[in-house]
Amino acid sequence: MTTASAVAFQLLQSVFVVLVAPLLIGWVNQCRAWLQNRSAPSILLPYYTLAKLFHKDAVIAHDASPLFRLTPYVLFGCMWLASGIVPVLATSLPFAPAADVIALVGVFALARVFSALAAMDIGTSFGGLGARREMLIGFLAEPAMLMTMFTAAFISGSTQLTTIVDTLGHREFAIHPSLAFAAVAFAMVLLAENARVPIDNPTTHLELTMVHEAMILEYSARHLALIEWAVALKLFAYFTIGIALFLPWGIAQAGDWAGLPLAIAALGAKLALGGAALAVTETVLAKLRLFLAPEFLSTAFLLAVLGMLIHFLVLG
Amino acid sequence: MATPFSTQLVNLLAAFLLLLAFAMLAQRRVLTLIKMFAWQGAALAASTLIVAWSTGQHHLYFSAALTLALKVIFIPWALHRLIDRLNVRWDIETLINIPATMLIGIGLVIFAFALATPIAQMASTLTRSTLGIALAVVLLSFLMMIVRRKAVPQVIGFLSMENGLFFAATSATYGMPLVVELGIALDVLVGTFIFGIFFFHIREQFDSLDIRHMEKLKED
Amino acid sequence: MEIALVLGVPLAGGLILALVGHLRWAPEVNAAMSLVTLGASALLTGRVIADGPMLALDEQFFVDPFNVFLVALTAFVAFTTALFSRPYMRIEEHHGRVNAGRLRLYHSMYQLFTFTMLLCLLSNNVGILWVAMEGATLTTVLLVSLYRTPASLEAAWKYFILCGVGIAQALFGTILLYFAAEKVLGPGGSSLLWTHLYEVRHELEPTVLSLAFVFLLVGYGTKVGLVPLHNWLPDAHAEGPTPISAVLSGLLLNVALYAVVRSKVLVDGALERNFSGNLMMGFGLLSVVVAAFFLSRQKDIKRMFAYSSIEHMGIMTFAFGMGGTVAAFAGLLHMTVHSLTKSAIFYTVGHAAQATGTQEMASIRGLIQQSPAIGWGLALGTLAILGMPPFGVFTSEFMVLTTAMHEHPWATPFLLIALGVAFAAIFSKVQPMVFGETEARRLPHPPALIPVFVHLAIVLLLGLYIPPYLVDWYRQAAALIG
Repeated sequence: MTTASAVAFQLLQSVFVVLVAPLLIGWVNQCRAWLQNRSAPSILLPYYTLAKLFHKDAVIAHDASPLFRLTPYVLFGCMWLASGIVPVLATSLPFAPAADVIALVGVFALARVFSALAAMDIGTSFGGLGARREMLIGFLAEPAMLMTMFTAAFISGSTQLTTIVDTLGHREFAIHPSLAFAAVAFAMVLLAENARVPIDNPTTHLELTMVHEAMILEYSARHLALIEWAVALKLFAYFTIGIALFLPWGIAQAGDWAGLPLAIAALGAKLALGGAALAVTETVLAKLRLFLAPEFLSTAFLLAVLGMLIHFLVLG
Repeated sequence: MATPFSTQLVNLLAAFLLLLAFAMLAQRRVLTLIKMFAWQGAALAASTLIVAWSTGQHHLYFSAALTLALKVIFIPWALHRLIDRLNVRWDIETLINIPATMLIGIGLVIFAFALATPIAQMASTLTRSTLGIALAVVLLSFLMMIVRRKAVPQVIGFLSMENGLFFAATSATYGMPLVVELGIALDVLVGTFIFGIFFFHIREQFDSLDIRHMEKLKED
Repeated sequence: MEIALVLGVPLAGGLILALVGHLRWAPEVNAAMSLVTLGASALLTGRVIADGPMLALDEQFFVDPFNVFLVALTAFVAFTTALFSRPYMRIEEHHGRVNAGRLRLYHSMYQLFTFTMLLCLLSNNVGILWVAMEGATLTTVLLVSLYRTPASLEAAWKYFILCGVGIAQALFGTILLYFAAEKVLGPGGSSLLWTHLYEVRHELEPTVLSLAFVFLLVGYGTKVGLVPLHNWLPDAHAEGPTPISAVLSGLLLNVALYAVVRSKVLVDGALERNFSGNLMMGFGLLSVVVAAFFLSRQKDIKRMFAYSSIEHMGIMTFAFGMGGTVAAFAGLLHMTVHSLTKSAIFYTVGHAAQATGTQEMASIRGLIQQSPAIGWGLALGTLAILGMPPFGVFTSEFMVLTTAMHEHPWATPFLLIALGVAFAAIFSKVQPMVFGETEARRLPHPPALIPVFVHLAIVLLLGLYIPPYLVDWYRQAAALIG
């Protein structure tokens, strides 16, 4: 495993995630359409949307501060970084030491702060509304996320994602009830953080029910494109973190070109399955009223804590 | 240290049992409560079956069958009929709000685990680590009984507590002697009957199954 | 064989009365069944006194001096209560508070209740003891709510839930006991037999047993009515029909305490004496003090006497907690006399309430004028329960106090104050009820007051002179406990 090879792997992975993330969104939308008995749009529709948006002229309010202009780039950068360092295709990448779960949560938090500030920047009421709601959900989701990651970390003995993947992926198959709990909690946090039903409906057009969409109402053209891409990257990052924590089999080693096709195939299969599961969940559940969102998230938190407790009790 | 597969399965089922006990705490709809109770019974029967198969204790097969018949099939059916006739659907209010209830629940789980660990170390069964979970289920069901306002969820909490006790018996001691288990099953059956009769009396008298109607007898 | 009769007759009675309990002569059948049970238990008692402790039916039943006297007591009070309930329930039916269908339930459950209590006492299997105790709760729940008033439904619901939860804890205690026993005796039914456990009690794991005892004490203690688990007791006694109050107070509390004491004997072998004893003394003392103070605030006569039951059960628990032959003897004697006196009081109270139509003490006056038998019965019964010499309660309370002063002097002021408060409260409330002017009507059926005087006579006898065979009997039982 030479350094050049490892760096090549890293670059490959970074490019790969940026290109593939919108595809995941497209796949989820396709599944949703099938479940709702409509004919689905093309799976490449997100790409067309991005291209369309890049061609347009950006319209920005007079009162917008530099923060408003900066935020889409910050968001995109954060999400790209996050999804780039999570072991997607291979472990032991050069940037891997940075892929500490706590650092990842910090990166997501940074993105959240910027988007909330930008939402409030112009001073519209919907922006403030979205920002407040997003902060409420984020405030409750972060501890839950950390707890689920700690459960996996306790089992593998490190908070570095690559170590976790190595340990869990190369062990003999064992059922860990604590991981089962953590997985359920992680799924709930995924739904909340990515603005999916039951916390937020991504296809709604009613501003009073929006959480995430309300924050980006003022953006247009390339800024909106970057933000939409960042949303896709966030979902991709969450999915890959989940896969790394709970379903790590099939991943390649850095520099191991021979294992790459298998890694890509395994990843593709898991993402497809995950995307379909997400679509099913969105179709089956109804959107919760906002005041029930804290209950939902505290349930996730408590499940994660339970998982940790069970780990200590059962050592499993 | 590789634990045998059957123990892993039992651990998983125990975790599932605990998850259900927690979910029942947060659940508002009575129908879903009954379904969860049935699932609890199923998990219990499955774990008893696995223990029976892996340790060769034949009387546990009977236990598993009894649990299945009573707690997965008969009692949920009886409860369904009951709530159909009584027209009970929701239990909107609880004594304390749900996130607070769940926090107290976590506290109880930690307490139960702490209590059970020294005992579990003395046990000779393969499934001893699940004793803490069993005790936690008992305490969580007890909490559920305290915070509920309607009669039916209180009863389900009571039955779920009995589930937890049964699981404790199976995990610590490979089940109690059959005659005692039969006696306990009989008691549970009769108890459910009496609860059913009770609900009708309460409904007749108060026109509602809200427990608050029955808080009039106090010290003067 | 006597055990088969003692258990079989109430069981059969319950089933028969389930069919014919609504007929006119059902109360007579009830009383007759109880009489047969009494006869069988007398035979059993004679057998045990003559031959010593016996095991029966593949070691599933065990009879020694401790439980045989309780069996005799239970059968006796069940019989006299059945006699009392004859005219009482007839009057209730006349007043329209129960109908024939409910009487059927009442009679059959009465016999089944007797059956479960006797099973609890005679069983050697700790698990079956639990099953029977739960059975006893289940049979009486519907009886407490017999009148179907809102208050009685609430009382029955509280009773069911609180005792159910308590019994579940006792089940956990039993499981822990089995867990400890399994290591020494091996798995299987014989590890739950009390006689086997008694033989190996020194080898049982101490930590597990102490935890088991805590759960057993809390669980069965709920049924004994120990504070702070007593909440169901005043309501259940006040709202149910009087015969049920009498048997709950007089018998069920005793049986629950029996279960606690049996567990204590096992635990004492494994741990140092103080743990279980201290716990029991603590709960007992707490019950005495709290009950005495609540007593003084009661307005309903049955609730007041229910608190009095809690107080006396506290004294008994305290006595058994102290340990030693004298204290155990006192505890056993107190069990007997309390059971007889309290049921006698409840009989008179029941008829008094029927005659005046209310249970409020402020509205009951001049019982002696209305019906001298009721008036004198209540007066004497109250004197007896308050511990006045020469009644038997005085003897047992005296023994408890002297033992306490000897071994645990710190507890004596509490006991004395509590007993004093209770004395003042009950006496001051009963006196105007018995004497005073009244205009109440006569009862449609003549009240059955012979049981009252029989009970009080026995208590008086026990206070003045305990026959030597009885002393011997108590001593043997006390030796088993202490």
